[in-house]
Amino acid sequence: MNSLVSQFASSGHEVELRKARQAFEDDDESLEMWGSQAGFGPLSKGIPSFSVPSVPDPSAFLRLHTDDHADPSCRIKIKHGTTTLAFRFQGGVIVAVDSRASAGQYIASGTVKKVIEINPYLLGTMAGGAADCQYWETYLGIQCRLHELRNRERISVAAASKYLSNLVYSYKGMGLSMGTMICGWDKTGPAVFYVDSDGTRLKGDLFSVGSGSTFAYGVLDQGYRWDLTDEEAQELGRRSIYAAGHRDAYSGNTINLYHVKEDGWRFIGNYDVSKMHYEGPNGTGYGYEIRTGRTEFC
Amino acid sequence: MPDGSFAHPQQRQFNPYSENGGTILAIAGADFSVIAGDTRQSEGYSIQTRYAPKVFRLTDRAVLAVNGFAADGNVFVKKVKQRLEWYRHAHAKDMPLRAIARMIQTMLYAQRFFPYYVYNILGGIEEDGSGAVYSFDPVGSYEREACRAAGAAQSLVQPFLDNQIYFKNQQSLPGQSRPLHLPLPEVLSIVIDSFTSATERHIEVGDGLEMYVVLAKGRSIQGLESFRGVQELTPNPDGDRVFVIRRELKKD
Repeated sequence: MNSLVSQFASSGHEVELRKARQAFEDDDESLEMWGSQAGFGPLSKGIPSFSVPSVPDPSAFLRLHTDDHADPSCRIKIKHGTTTLAFRFQGGVIVAVDSRASAGQYIASGTVKKVIEINPYLLGTMAGGAADCQYWETYLGIQCRLHELRNRERISVAAASKYLSNLVYSYKGMGLSMGTMICGWDKTGPAVFYVDSDGTRLKGDLFSVGSGSTFAYGVLDQGYRWDLTDEEAQELGRRSIYAAGHRDAYSGNTINLYHVKEDGWRFIGNYDVSKMHYEGPNGTGYGYEIRTGRTEFC
Repeated sequence: MPDGSFAHPQQRQFNPYSENGGTILAIAGADFSVIAGDTRQSEGYSIQTRYAPKVFRLTDRAVLAVNGFAADGNVFVKKVKQRLEWYRHAHAKDMPLRAIARMIQTMLYAQRFFPYYVYNILGGIEEDGSGAVYSFDPVGSYEREACRAAGAAQSLVQPFLDNQIYFKNQQSLPGQSRPLHLPLPEVLSIVIDSFTSATERHIEVGDGLEMYVVLAKGRSIQGLESFRGVQELTPNPDGDRVFVIRRELKKD
C-alpha cells in the first residue's frame, strides 16, 4: 500500500529521488558509472570491451608474452593442461574432469574446478586457458538466463553451445584458447556439444578434450555402450579420467564427477587419483600392480 | 653494425613488462585470514628498494596482495580501490569479499589481450564470517582456497604449505584426526618460517615482511596478543578488524 501511494505521489523523498535520477540519466550518466555493475564492469553496456596494445599486430604481442609452449621463458604463464570428458547415454550425461593446472613444468594448482556450473541444467568443461573458459562460460550463463526471461522457457543445449561458438568465433585469431563441452538436458533429452576457440562446434555422444584425452578415449571407447546403467556410466567416467591422470603428466590430482539427468545436474563426488590407484572407489584399486597382486615393484 | 643505416636488418619488439621479484602468501583460518608479502623490490640482480609494499588493505574485511610487475600491480590496486569507493558511494556499504573476487576477475579479463603481469591473492572474511583466500592468474581465472603462495619463491613455499596446512604426504597416527583449520598463532609462525626460509634460498626475497591479519566480526584478538608490534588498522573494534605485523628479514 505504502509503495502504491508513493508511486503516484507528487511529493516526498521517493519522488525527489526519481527526479534526481532522471536528471542524472539526462546528463548521460547512469548508475553503472557509480560502480553498480553487478561485477561485470566491461560487460555492463551489453558488449564486452577489451583494451588492446597499440602495436601493429596485437595477437603477436600476446603470443610473445604469454605462449609458454613456444617459449618457456616468457613471463606470463597462463594455466594449461587437462583431461576432460563427457558422454551421453541412456541415463543422461556423465561429465568427468581432472583438477590439475600447470604453468610450464610447475603444478600451479591441484584443486581446479574444471566443470563450470552454467545453470542448474547446463554444465561446461574447462580445457585450454582457465580464464577464457571461466569468464566466457559465466558470461554464457548470463545470456542463458536472459533467454529464459525473454522467452519464458529454458535455452536448448544446442542454442547455448551455438551462442558460445559464435562468440568465440568473433574473437578468432586473437589468441583465445578453449576446448569445452557444453552438456545438459533439454526438450530433446540429454545433449553434449563440443565447442572450441577455433569455432568448431560438434554434436556427439562422446567427447574427451585436453592433453590426456587420448588416454581417456582408450578406456572410454572400450567400455562405452548406450544402455549403461547409472552406476556403470559413473564408474566409466571415473576410470577414464584416472587412466589419463596416471599416464599424462599434465593431468592428475583429483577427479570431479557430475551426472546430468532430466531434473538437472548433480555432483557425484571428488576422487583422489592416487587413492583410486591403490584403493579405487570401493576397495579395489585401479593400478596394475594392485589388480594383479604384483606388488614387488611398488 | 647498428649505425642507423638500413644496411643491416634490425628487429625490435614492444616489451612493456618487467619482473620485480618478491613473494606473497595467504592462509585462511576458520574465522580469520592472514595475507603476507615481503617488501623487497628488485630488477635482475639489483635491489631497487627494500620497502615496497605488496600487500594492501582494501576494506575492513578484504586485503589484496599483488606480485609480478610492480608498476602493473600498483596501477591495478589503485583501480580496484577506486571501484570499491564507487561501490561504497552507490550502496552505502563495503563490497562483500566474493564480489570483490568476481570484480577482480572481470578487471583482469578486460585486459585479456594486453594483460597486467600480476598474480593476485585476495584474503579476508566472507559474509558468513569465515576466513577466505582467493587466488588469481594474470588474466583472471580464480579459485577459493585455504592457502596459496605466489611469486618468485612460490615453488619453495607452496610445497611447505601443502605439507603444513593440508597435511599432504603426512601419515596420521591411528585414531588421530586432522584439524580443518589451524589456530592463528600456528598460522602466523608458519608464515614467518615460510619467509625466513624463502629469504635463505631465494635472492629476490628478503628485507622486510608484512603480515596482514583480518579477524571476523566478534572474534577476540586471542592468539594475536602475544605477538610483538601488532598494529590495528581498522577504527572500530565492533566490526571485522584488520591488523598488520611487521618483521625484519635478512638484507643480503
